[in-house]
Amino acid sequence: MKKIVYAVAGIAAAALVGSANAGTLEDVKARGVLKCVVSEGLAGFAFPDDQGNWSGFDIDFCRATAAAVLGDGQKMEAVTSTGKTRFTKLNAGEGDVLWRNTTVTFSRDVGVKLTFLGVNYYDGQGFMAKKDMGVTSALELDGASVCIQTGTTTELNLADFFRSNGMTYEAIPVDNAAEARECYQSGRGDVMTTDASGLSAQRSAMVDPDAHVVLKEIISKEPLGPAVRQGDDAWGDVVRWVLYATITAEELGITSANVNTIGNETNNPEIMRFLGLEGNQGAELGLDAEWAKRIIAQVGNYGEIFERNIGVNTPLGIERGVNALWTNGGLQYSPPFR
Amino acid sequence: MDQVAASPSQDRSQFRRLFYNKEVRSVFFQIVTVLGVCALIAYIGMNMLTNLEAVGKELSFSFLGAPAGYDITFQPFVSYSPTETHFRAAMVGLSNTLLVAVTGIILATIMGFTLGVMRLSRNFLISRLSQAFIDFTRNVPLLLHIFFIYGIVINVLPKPKQAEGLADSFFLTNRGLYAPKPIFEEGAWLVLVALIVAIGASIFIQRWAKARQIATGQIFPVFWTCVGLIVSLPIIAFFISGMPISFDFPKLKGFNFKGGFILRPEYLALWFALSYYTSSFIAEIVRGGILAIHKGQREASLALGVTPNRTLQLVIIPQALPLIIPPLASNYLNLTKNSSLAIAIGYYDIVATLGGISLMQTGKEVETMFLVLTCYLVLSLIISGSMNFLNSRLQLKSR
Repeated sequence: MKKIVYAVAGIAAAALVGSANAGTLEDVKARGVLKCVVSEGLAGFAFPDDQGNWSGFDIDFCRATAAAVLGDGQKMEAVTSTGKTRFTKLNAGEGDVLWRNTTVTFSRDVGVKLTFLGVNYYDGQGFMAKKDMGVTSALELDGASVCIQTGTTTELNLADFFRSNGMTYEAIPVDNAAEARECYQSGRGDVMTTDASGLSAQRSAMVDPDAHVVLKEIISKEPLGPAVRQGDDAWGDVVRWVLYATITAEELGITSANVNTIGNETNNPEIMRFLGLEGNQGAELGLDAEWAKRIIAQVGNYGEIFERNIGVNTPLGIERGVNALWTNGGLQYSPPFR
Repeated sequence: MDQVAASPSQDRSQFRRLFYNKEVRSVFFQIVTVLGVCALIAYIGMNMLTNLEAVGKELSFSFLGAPAGYDITFQPFVSYSPTETHFRAAMVGLSNTLLVAVTGIILATIMGFTLGVMRLSRNFLISRLSQAFIDFTRNVPLLLHIFFIYGIVINVLPKPKQAEGLADSFFLTNRGLYAPKPIFEEGAWLVLVALIVAIGASIFIQRWAKARQIATGQIFPVFWTCVGLIVSLPIIAFFISGMPISFDFPKLKGFNFKGGFILRPEYLALWFALSYYTSSFIAEIVRGGILAIHKGQREASLALGVTPNRTLQLVIIPQALPLIIPPLASNYLNLTKNSSLAIAIGYYDIVATLGGISLMQTGKEVETMFLVLTCYLVLSLIISGSMNFLNSRLQLKSR
């Protein structure tokens, strides 16, 4: 029912609200609050604490955007959505930007009419099984019952994977991370599938995380990134360069600890430009000169965001892996601030 | 001059007369209302088109022909694989909606009538039990009933590996109810023919018995004769044709049972929760219908020496049905529409397929939702149309 209500509300909103397409940057500034479409709750990525304060990897990027645009990372509002309602909500203007572990795909970019602005997490779809089942490879899953979050790319990958390997399965569609856990833990499903990062998050939320194993096969590419409505290039530029700012800061060695002092100690012109001490990059974006500096001061660089929310010292315990900087053999790479 | 001056005032008085004419005024306001509603719909429609255009989308149903790409595990009627189209996927969803609606209506009616009659029983325990069940069921939201039943099914029932079968052919697990599946071999058509013949004969016997009763007053045991025919004829045919039906038994292989016939827990939970929830409303309707018949009718019938059972059958129910059917129809409609809650527990109905996964994969919110709405509208119109027809047939005809 919830789904229908949302979908109908989405249509009604699309029908009644005037076009909120152009000038999102001005809208956000006038409103004084940034609305981010986020997940309904996924440990490490976006989840509310008992006081209702949101935190997580995606939330931090939302805060970074708010810090850049509004000067304060706290001026954000989480618009929760399921896998199925996220694009409707974004396109209907209920949110300004989507930071919700969303895979960039052709059909979403072209068909759903979104503009994707880079990749903040390189992921791939995997399977999690109970250790005592003795399964070590996804190729042993013939005939298994699989818990899967509906409305995601994983649904299509799953069908492709089993078909191409000549195996059968039973899909049990669920709506969000909590229901997926219920499906898997009750034994209704033998395995759970989603992005590998999501599996780590799910495992950390279980009673006995060590009783479960993430199988070694990664069956798809899942580049997760932010998206905005198509046709608002100025706003898209802001979100894109917020993401790049966090990556560039890590590359340049700018952290939340030294962001206030490094400007005086260095004569690296890229750092000077980044901090707004030279040039007028902020003004060209429609922001002030210290936009990037505020991101790092309030939220931190990419590495800090990663380690704080999902890194090896968190319950999720994810290694940087392909999400390391390109200088360290990873894929995270930002175009230069020039 | 006079004429010139007179004519506007004459016009005005004519206009005033029109204004004060009740009929003209009511027609005028009806036209204004219709125009207003049309204008509002047109405004919303135009606004939607403008906004769709602003995000670069166009209204088009061509996505229905594109490959769907996702799997549907529950497809008892329409065969489907991920390479087939979104339209086909929608058909699977529609057939699943129909399945749960039709089976739900049947079970809800049986349970509802039973509960309603129990509620009127003079036996204190039976009547109170029925009342307690009705009160509990009616006063808890349906969604919670569905979660409750589904939670029981998947958490309490054993996993396939621990499941103990009944005669090694029926297994109740948290993956569903497994049963042997009949396989029709050559010659099985004879059994089907026998079944059809038996049903035809039953209808004939019923008419003949009625005619005989009217002519001679003798009563023929129609019900048991018909049951006997419908059960025995196909069995005789089965043995005559050399037992052409074999059974495929479910076997535990790897993770799950393979083979056999399976009712999945999502279907079971939805079907059962929808049925008993709706049955509590039907029970109250049945009770109300029966209570509305004046007790003099019953007393008169008993005084004539008619047995209590026949009194209920021939006197009370025929008078109560016309009162029961219209509210019954609206409960059937509710059950059908409530089946869209399927999505909460992952049953692949029309909302989950076309209005859910297809919507997400294609981004066609307006088109898919329009089609889903149309499906429900058509289903509801069919149900209410047939119930109206039934009602007009069962109306008491005053002679």
